[in-house]
Amino acid sequence: MSEPKIDGFELKPGFKGMASDTASDQTMFKGVHWGKAMMWIFLLSDTFVFSCFLISYMKGRGSTPVEWPNPSEVFALEAFGVPVPLLLIALMTFVLITSSGTMAIAVKYGYEKNRKMCGWLLLATALGGLTFVGMQAYEWSKLIHEGVRPWENPFGAAQFGSFFFMITGFHGFHVSIGVIFLFIYTYKVFAGHYEKGKRGWFTKLKGDYVEIEILGLYWHFVDLVWVFIFAFFYLW
Amino acid sequence: MENTNNIEKTDKKEEASTHKIGIYLWIWTLLFVLSFFSYMVDWYQFQGMLRWSLILFFMFLKAGLIMAFFMHLFWERYALVNVLLWPMTAIACFIFLMAAEFQYTLFSRLFYFVVGGGA
Repeated sequence: MSEPKIDGFELKPGFKGMASDTASDQTMFKGVHWGKAMMWIFLLSDTFVFSCFLISYMKGRGSTPVEWPNPSEVFALEAFGVPVPLLLIALMTFVLITSSGTMAIAVKYGYEKNRKMCGWLLLATALGGLTFVGMQAYEWSKLIHEGVRPWENPFGAAQFGSFFFMITGFHGFHVSIGVIFLFIYTYKVFAGHYEKGKRGWFTKLKGDYVEIEILGLYWHFVDLVWVFIFAFFYLW
Repeated sequence: MENTNNIEKTDKKEEASTHKIGIYLWIWTLLFVLSFFSYMVDWYQFQGMLRWSLILFFMFLKAGLIMAFFMHLFWERYALVNVLLWPMTAIACFIFLMAAEFQYTLFSRLFYFVVGGGA
């Protein structure tokens, strides 16, 4: 959250505030940590990357005269001898939303300087992310065993495989990077780096719990992208 | 003595600026419920416009909740919020362009490969 007050500058609310912030000296994003502004701009560019993937998927699926594989049959999983549609995907969604919630609360405890709670919740988030990546690896190997390749598959239109591996692969890559950083920050929080004033990432300035919020932005974005992949690739 | 008093004061002030845990738990629960509903859309095999509108409705609701509350955009200043949200209109334009494009590609494929051309 941005600072509610800034010395020597009147923060006006709403669109008037937007006009005066944008027209003012030095910084446009008043009271926003520079790392947070940079993370937001990175996430904006990442939004465009994922949009391009999903739009190319729309074009590929819409322009083929061959029938598209039915996702609720392709991604069905046997449970107690009965095929349940999208079971694994539902579980993955559940795990990712769970880890998003623990992350949000970790950010809150971080700002309250509650080191222990922040650390444990970050660890829970990292483990949730790891579970998600594990389930995705299982999903990939299952489909590869069934003969799904980027150039062909036994269910229908050949484009299915290439879009599936590219979109979920790129998302899984984001999750994996997030998990690595979550473990690093779990260590940093438990080791008390923000209490001791150790230097932050990519800077000589002192680290602060705002870094947890920045990490949280990335993690929520990964969840956000999954919301769109779940809707367009698995449900559509 | 004076110094410690000051530190305590600033600490209290910072605590006051964070949000209550209740709002996060509410949003969390809502996200679970909405995900459950969007799974139910597939479970009951709704088809056609009903399916697509429900999928899109739950998707945008979930995305909005995550961005507004988990990513704190609801509490950010408009200077940041507007810089982040307006570029999304470019994506909407791109979707319309490519939707027109795939319809043309599909038409061409059916016309030349299936029908056999205009001759």
